[in-house]
Amino acid sequence: MKSKFLVLMILSGIAILSFAAPLKIGFIFVGPINDNGWTQAQYDGGVVAIQKAFGDQVQIKYIENVPEGAASLNVLRSLASQGYKLIYATSFGYMDQVIQAAKEFPNTIFEMCSGYATSTNLGEYFGAMEQARYLSGLVAGAMTKTNKIGFVAAYPTPEVVRGIDAFTLGVRSVNPKATVQVVWTYTWYDPPTEKEAALSLINSGCDVLAQHQDSPAAVQAAQQKGIYAIGYDSPNMGQFGPNAYLTAPIWNWAAFYVPNVQSVLNGTWKTSFYYGNMADGLVQLAPMSNLVPAQVQKLVNAMENEIKSGSFNPFEGPIYDQSGKLMIPAGKSATLDQLLSIQWFVQGVIGKISNQ
Amino acid sequence: MNQDIITSTLSGALRSGTPLLFATLGEILAERSGVLNLGLEGMMLMGAFTGFSVSYITGNLWLAVMAAILVGGLMASLHAFMSITLRVNQVVSGLALVFLGEGLSGFWGHGFVGMQAESFNNIKIPFLGDIPYVGTIVFDRDILVYIGYIAVPVIWWFLYKTTAGMNLRAVGESPDAADARGINVVLTRYIYTIIGGFFSGLAGAYISLAYTPMWVQDMTAGRGWIAVALVIFAIWDPVIALIGAYAFGGISVLQFSFQIIQVPIPVNIMNMFPYLFTIFVMLFASSNKIKKRFGAPSALGIPYSREEKT
Repeated sequence: MKSKFLVLMILSGIAILSFAAPLKIGFIFVGPINDNGWTQAQYDGGVVAIQKAFGDQVQIKYIENVPEGAASLNVLRSLASQGYKLIYATSFGYMDQVIQAAKEFPNTIFEMCSGYATSTNLGEYFGAMEQARYLSGLVAGAMTKTNKIGFVAAYPTPEVVRGIDAFTLGVRSVNPKATVQVVWTYTWYDPPTEKEAALSLINSGCDVLAQHQDSPAAVQAAQQKGIYAIGYDSPNMGQFGPNAYLTAPIWNWAAFYVPNVQSVLNGTWKTSFYYGNMADGLVQLAPMSNLVPAQVQKLVNAMENEIKSGSFNPFEGPIYDQSGKLMIPAGKSATLDQLLSIQWFVQGVIGKISNQ
Repeated sequence: MNQDIITSTLSGALRSGTPLLFATLGEILAERSGVLNLGLEGMMLMGAFTGFSVSYITGNLWLAVMAAILVGGLMASLHAFMSITLRVNQVVSGLALVFLGEGLSGFWGHGFVGMQAESFNNIKIPFLGDIPYVGTIVFDRDILVYIGYIAVPVIWWFLYKTTAGMNLRAVGESPDAADARGINVVLTRYIYTIIGGFFSGLAGAYISLAYTPMWVQDMTAGRGWIAVALVIFAIWDPVIALIGAYAFGGISVLQFSFQIIQVPIPVNIMNMFPYLFTIFVMLFASSNKIKKRFGAPSALGIPYSREEKT
């Protein structure tokens, strides 16, 4: 009887202690937090927003420039062994290491961005950027005069292909004559190479550029050549081309991080595959610049509301691929699985997915 | 249409070849003296960062370029001390320089990401700039590109037509013989290793002040390594270095034009060509006879010490 009481005392003691001690949260980032791109969006929506929402309840540590692949495992291990109970791995290339770390530290919660592995203490999160890409396509389609739009793209992964497809569907819905020319840079981040890709597109007659790259080089090229550009990741890309920048599909990660931390604090966290969207606020279209005429802004805002309310889905059939083959029949929409593994371009895209 | 692609590719070749050219020219001088410096990437990054930050703070572009050049030289002098005075393994010391440059520029550069600074604009040369095609490609560029044009014949002349150039080659070819003739081997190697660093700093400044005027971490993205390969490609000759740098640059631009006009050559294969060619040159140049003929410095990478002479 006495021993049971003692156990109860200890348990409640632990409970009180753990209630009082802040939740230690760790982040690993692939780049610097001020890259005006992917990592900055993660930092602003993660570290900054969580700190603001939870104050003393949390203690956050972030580590920048963690290389993808094997080297990240040590970073994950050291965070976990220092008592960080909730760890966010914010790039696809950490996935194998996160799986390993989640096995080694079963009492630590891991959340992995843009991957696909889940386990009891490992969750995944990502979002429907294609919705905002579609809206940015509306802007591009309305702004082009040459009907040639360029797309500077990193690697032919499903994420990038999906974005190009959604963008092109947007372009063609307002301007069926316009085409989207894709060039692959085979790098996420190499400013001079991205700039050369952008200049090649401009030289071939494109007068609006979009991109799936992590540096603002394409926006800068557009500014120099006096054409329009659509950024990515963060609205800060606009400062590299004030006379070029129209808008950008951007991430607002706070929409995921704040409720996610809340669930861990409440003790209600369960592993899941979170796929956020515009309705959640995870995915947004950055405010359009003054270069975009009022009636175009109005149209884009109207479509944004339809997407948010669920009454419109960019990947609603009929959708044809480049060769004119019907891929998604009328009355149907692409499923999430289809979108997550998409490896074909819609009609209107010029360019090849290299392994075809 | 096709004419446009030719013009824009050639124009892009000069643009993206210029940082490669500077770094390669500098490394040719260092290697000609017998010092292998693999740290180009690190020195370029420090040059890019220094150039950008000085331009941002002072608004003076020439001060920025000078600072970038000096910082490149400062980093190279570290390598010189390690490899010439302490005689450590040059490969290891060079690699250390890469990581040092990446680390320091990333750390100090934190506050400069996303800032806007003064940058170089194109200056059209009168008359020459009006020649159709050639004018816009060659004579309507920023001033650093022009410096590249001038640097090549100057270095060629220096290497092959002056006593100092001959002494430099002698030190890299046969330090013992050079020493016997009264040439100060250690001093010569110090000087050209540091001059090599000046050029890498300039290459970095070109990227952050003219090519893509901004500072972001690791913005040289491996161009220092391409320059290391280019030195071999150029068989340590400044004129071939010019051709090589613009050719390497041209291919990196042409890959995009090819995608646009749908030439069925995979990008990955195209990007491989320069390296394939470099390997070919290395195979070719591995025979001693050919090496001699083309001027690959025989004492490259070998620390010199008088005491070891027997």
